Amino acid sequence: MRFETLEQLADICLKENKTIAQVMLEDQAKETGVPVDEVFRQMAEYYQVMKEAVQKGLTGNTKSRSGLTGGDAKKVADYMQHSEASLGGPSAKAMAYALAVSEVNASMGRIIATPTAGSCGIIPGVFVSSQERFGWEDDKLVNGLFTAGAIGYVIANNASISGAEGGCQAEVGSAIGMAAGAMVELRGGSPQQAVHAVGLALKNCLGLICDPVAGLVEIPCIVRNGLGAVTALAAADMALAGVGSVIPADEVIGVMLEVGSAMPTKHRETGKGGLAATPTGRKLTKELVEQRRRKAKEAKQP
Amino acid sequence: MLCRILTFVQFPDVNIYTGAWKSLRFKNVFSIIGPSMVGPSSSHTAGAVRIGRVARQLLGCQPEKAQMTLFGSFAETYWGHGTDLALTAGLLNFDTDDERIPEADIEAEKVGMVMEWIQGKGNGPHPNSVKIMLTAGERKAEIVAASIGGGTIAVYSLNGFDVQITGEYPTIAVTHSDSQGVLANMTSLLSCEGINIGYMDVDRKGRSEAAMTVFELDTAPTGSLIEEMLRLPHILEVTMIDLTQRS
Repeated sequence: MRFETLEQLADICLKENKTIAQVMLEDQAKETGVPVDEVFRQMAEYYQVMKEAVQKGLTGNTKSRSGLTGGDAKKVADYMQHSEASLGGPSAKAMAYALAVSEVNASMGRIIATPTAGSCGIIPGVFVSSQERFGWEDDKLVNGLFTAGAIGYVIANNASISGAEGGCQAEVGSAIGMAAGAMVELRGGSPQQAVHAVGLALKNCLGLICDPVAGLVEIPCIVRNGLGAVTALAAADMALAGVGSVIPADEVIGVMLEVGSAMPTKHRETGKGGLAATPTGRKLTKELVEQRRRKAKEAKQP
Repeated sequence: MLCRILTFVQFPDVNIYTGAWKSLRFKNVFSIIGPSMVGPSSSHTAGAVRIGRVARQLLGCQPEKAQMTLFGSFAETYWGHGTDLALTAGLLNFDTDDERIPEADIEAEKVGMVMEWIQGKGNGPHPNSVKIMLTAGERKAEIVAASIGGGTIAVYSLNGFDVQITGEYPTIAVTHSDSQGVLANMTSLLSCEGINIGYMDVDRKGRSEAAMTVFELDTAPTGSLIEEMLRLPHILEVTMIDLTQRS
C-alpha cells in the first residue's frame, strides 16, 4: 500500500481526487495482483455474510454455548416496536443490529471479523441500518467496507487490533473508528473529514481494557458492540458537522499504542482482571468450569 | 544545512512512539475486513484454525499425534474461545468458516488423531502463541506460531528453523544443506517460471549444516516446479504452505 498513516492516505485522496475507498481498492489490487473487480467481488460476498448475520441475530436462536448470552438484539428490536427509543429510531436500530451480529458470533455462527470477531457487530450494525434508512445500493456499502478497511489497516500497523496486545480499545475502539470514518465517506464527507471522525471516535475509546468474563467473547463484548455502533454514528455526525479532531487521528492511534503497551497483562484478554475478576465475573467463571467438568464426565472425556 | 537535513529527513520505518523498527504486520485489506469465520474469536478461533493448517501442511499429511503447547492468553482462555477446537480443526484442514469447527474434537476422533494439550510457561514469543509437534508414521513436523489479531498469524519457526511467514501468500519452505549456490539455484528456478518472490528468509543450524529457506511468493507454484526444485543439488525437502486456497 502507498500509505502508512491516515494523513498520507488523505493526501493521496486529495492529490488524485479519489475517495478513501477508491485508493484502498486500487492499492489492494496492485499489492496482491488480483484484478480490481475480483477484489470488489470478494468484499461484496463479505457484505452479504454481514447482512445474513444481522437477520440471523434478529430472528434465530443466539443462545451461546456457555448459556451466558443471547437474545438481547431481539429485546432491543421488540422494545423499538412499542416504545420511542431514547436514542432515536435509527441509532437504536444500529445498536440492535450490532448486538445481533455479536450474538451470532458468540453462538459460533458465521460472521466477518471487522477487524476482529470480538468487534464484528459494529460495522454491520452501522452499515446495514444505514442502508435501510437511506435506501443505498449494496455496492455503495461495499465501497464503505474498503474505507473502513483502509482505516483499520493504518490502525493495525501503527498500533494494534488485538485485545491480547492492546486491550479492547484495539478491537472495539478500532471498529468504532473504522465505522465512523466510513460513515462520513458514505454520507458524502471528504477524506479529511473521515480522518477527523476516526480521531474523534478513538479518543472516546482510549484505555478500554479487554476483560471478558471467563475469557469468552460475550460479557462485556456484546454490549460494547451495541454501544460502539452508536458512538460511531455520533463521531461521524460530529465530523460531518465540521468538528475536527484537534489531536490528529494518527497521533491518537499513537496514544492507543502507548496505552495498550502499558496495560497490565490481566487487562489484555487473559480473563484475569476487570469485569472478569469481579465477584459476579468469578462466580460465573466457576460455574462454567464446573459445568464443563460435568459435561466432560458425561461424555467420558478426560 | 544540518538543520535542513534534520527537518526534511524522515525515518518512516521507525515507530516514533516506541523507537522500535517497525515492520508492517498487516499487508492486506482482507486481514482487516475478514476473514469470514465461525466465532467467537478471530485471534483465538480463526487465527488458531490457520495456525493448525500451516502445521498440517508442513507435515504434508493427516497427523496421527499432535502435541500442543499453549502460551499466554491461549493457555488462559483456550476453552472459552474454542481455541482447542480451532487448532484441531486446522490440523484437519478445515477453513475458518467451516461449520464443523465446534465439533472438531469428534472429527479428530473419527480420523484417529490423538491430541495432547500442555500449558506452556510464560508468554512464549507472543501473548497468543502455540508450539505444535506433529507425527504421522515416520514423519514429524514442528511449528511455533502466534495469532496476532483479526485472524492474522505469524509463524516464527518451522522444524526448529527461525523463519517469519504470515501464510497470506503461497509459501514454499525448502530444507537444504548450507552450500554455496543453493540459493542462486532456487531463485533462478523461480525466476525462470516467472514467479516473483515477495519475501525470503534463510536460517541455518551452522556452517555447512542443515538450512531452511522460505519464500513467500506472489503466485502459487505448480507441482512440477516443486519437483524440479527437489532435483536441484543439496535440496532435502520442499514443502508448500498455502492458506490462500480453500481446503
